[in-house]
Amino acid sequence: MSETIRTTIAFALFAIALALAPVVFPSGLALTMMSLMGVMIIFALSYNMLLGQTGLLSFGHAVYYGLGGFCAAHAMNYVARNKLGVPLPAIPIVGAVAGLFFGALLGAVSTRRAGTVFSMISLGIGELVAAFAGIQRSFFGGEDGIATNRVKLAPFFGYKFGPQIQVYYLIAFWCFVCVALMYMLTRTPFGRMCNAVRDNPERAEFVGYSTQRVRFQAFMLSAMFAGVAGALAAINFELMNSQAIGAGTSGQVLLMTFVGGIGHFFGPILGAMLITFLQISLSDITKAWMLYFGLLFILVVMFAPGGIAGFLSIHQPLLRNGRIFKLAPSYLMASVPLVALVLGMIALIEMAHHMLVEAASDGAKMRLFGLAFDGASPLPWLVAAALFFGGAFGLKLVWPRIDEAWAVAQAEGKKA
Amino acid sequence: MSAALTLRDVRKNFGPTAIIRGLELEITQGERHAIIGPNGAGKSTMFHLISGRIGVTSGSIELKGQEITGLAPYEINRRGLSRSFQVTNIFPKLSVFENIRCGVLWSLGYKYSFWRFVDRLRDANERAEQVLDLIGLGARRETPAGILTYAEQRALEIGITIAGGADVIMLDEPTAGMSNTETEQAVALIRKVSEGRTLVMVEHDMSVVFGLADRISVLVYGQIIATGTPMEIRANKAVREAYLGEEAH
Repeated sequence: MSETIRTTIAFALFAIALALAPVVFPSGLALTMMSLMGVMIIFALSYNMLLGQTGLLSFGHAVYYGLGGFCAAHAMNYVARNKLGVPLPAIPIVGAVAGLFFGALLGAVSTRRAGTVFSMISLGIGELVAAFAGIQRSFFGGEDGIATNRVKLAPFFGYKFGPQIQVYYLIAFWCFVCVALMYMLTRTPFGRMCNAVRDNPERAEFVGYSTQRVRFQAFMLSAMFAGVAGALAAINFELMNSQAIGAGTSGQVLLMTFVGGIGHFFGPILGAMLITFLQISLSDITKAWMLYFGLLFILVVMFAPGGIAGFLSIHQPLLRNGRIFKLAPSYLMASVPLVALVLGMIALIEMAHHMLVEAASDGAKMRLFGLAFDGASPLPWLVAAALFFGGAFGLKLVWPRIDEAWAVAQAEGKKA
Repeated sequence: MSAALTLRDVRKNFGPTAIIRGLELEITQGERHAIIGPNGAGKSTMFHLISGRIGVTSGSIELKGQEITGLAPYEINRRGLSRSFQVTNIFPKLSVFENIRCGVLWSLGYKYSFWRFVDRLRDANERAEQVLDLIGLGARRETPAGILTYAEQRALEIGITIAGGADVIMLDEPTAGMSNTETEQAVALIRKVSEGRTLVMVEHDMSVVFGLADRISVLVYGQIIATGTPMEIRANKAVREAYLGEEAH
């Protein structure tokens, strides 16, 4: 099958998935979650234009997301106040223009150098803009932020975008457009030279390309898409505050992109979906959810630097030649200590969190996995520690078997 | 014949140390010119100066009569000078074909285009295929360049260098670290790709140098001590003392 056909099928499936998702998951929570996922997919992919495609590690990508969002919120208020006939679906264009403008302005400074210098400048600019947002109240709205009301805009074919389902489809539409555009960008001479600059900037200069210009162009386009994501966030929440522009958001997009996998185009899509899902569901279950994100990030960096996409793609050839089943027994065997390890870790974290933060006011009694126990007694701690260390030891024991199964499956695959 | 490259009193100091001490050199269009000299003579530094990787301290460099002193590497490349590196310098994660195509794109005017699909650029793809055939890596076209064998990477290095159609080609030790058979293949390749172009080559293997070069310049301690045909160089007493003589012992 030619690559063009495969890509067309993939995008057709993506469009169908976006269209049918609310039918499969119709609950209010699911709609909220999927709307946010759509925004984050654009944001993470725009970030990967820098990190994965061009090799630029930015610590301040939220600046363009946030500024896109603030400009969109102000534009919505302006349109509503002056009764201009601009409908809501056009507002992300404001975000795009704002992102592009600020990307050009700040990128002109930061893309002069690559590597650590670029990272440090991006961090500096991020802090600068975040600090400025705290001081400049008329544009950023101080702690309250800038509120807006999406239904006040001119209706679009009768739709006023009050209900979340309508907002979902608006986001889904822009998500599809942006994903398609960003994918197409990777297939252009510019996209290929981004990869060349990432791989070997020196060589790129000796085939006629200014690496600075390639980085600058990548930066502007990336900021433009981040601006679209910010505008969609403003539409979704009807509120933009300076949190969206700060280091926390910049860290979050790095987390999503890296966990998803920077080496594959679809990696950040998976990362954005997973992290958004975890963020919304975990924050309901545990107050220590930020800690889990930190752990997840460390584990991915240490054990799966290719992220989810990298993990999936190494299995793809085995899946194609049917050898994947050879791995099933050893994976199944590894899953036992892995589950023990994870349960033990969760128990240790939750008990520590309870005893350190909540025990003073609520007492040492707590519930975990449906069990009630006393966090001050040694037994639950011993059980948790046993699970954790036993799991770790067990994993170490079965690991050689997985390696072996891998080698066999791959060797057979090559022969076949 | 007019000059492809002209160096006039080119000097380069690193701190207080003078590495290149007044280079005078004229390379004629269409010739194969080898630069030889003992280790530390400044051969690679000379390449870096000409290709714009590092700036000169003083002096002037002209490419086909145009001043290129102080220009960035990409500007010099766009004027028709392309170089390879002593240490393999390719795009390791890109496929062999992509590596070559990256070398082709600018010369066909695609610049920073982000509104055209690279797979549909027929001229760029055809040119890349031709280069791929020329360097004999057709069978490896989809392989990531980083996992090629050393000799294959060296061939790819030459492929990237010539892909853009530059008329002045500079090769920095193209056969270093190769076995005898590999060297023979590399020499045949260099002969093929340098046809109709100007070739400047740094090389340690004297059989390669004397077999390939129309003229040879001997660089010793940052200065050219002799330039001439292989016969003249072999007969040159100063050269024998300074360089060739060492090898004989």
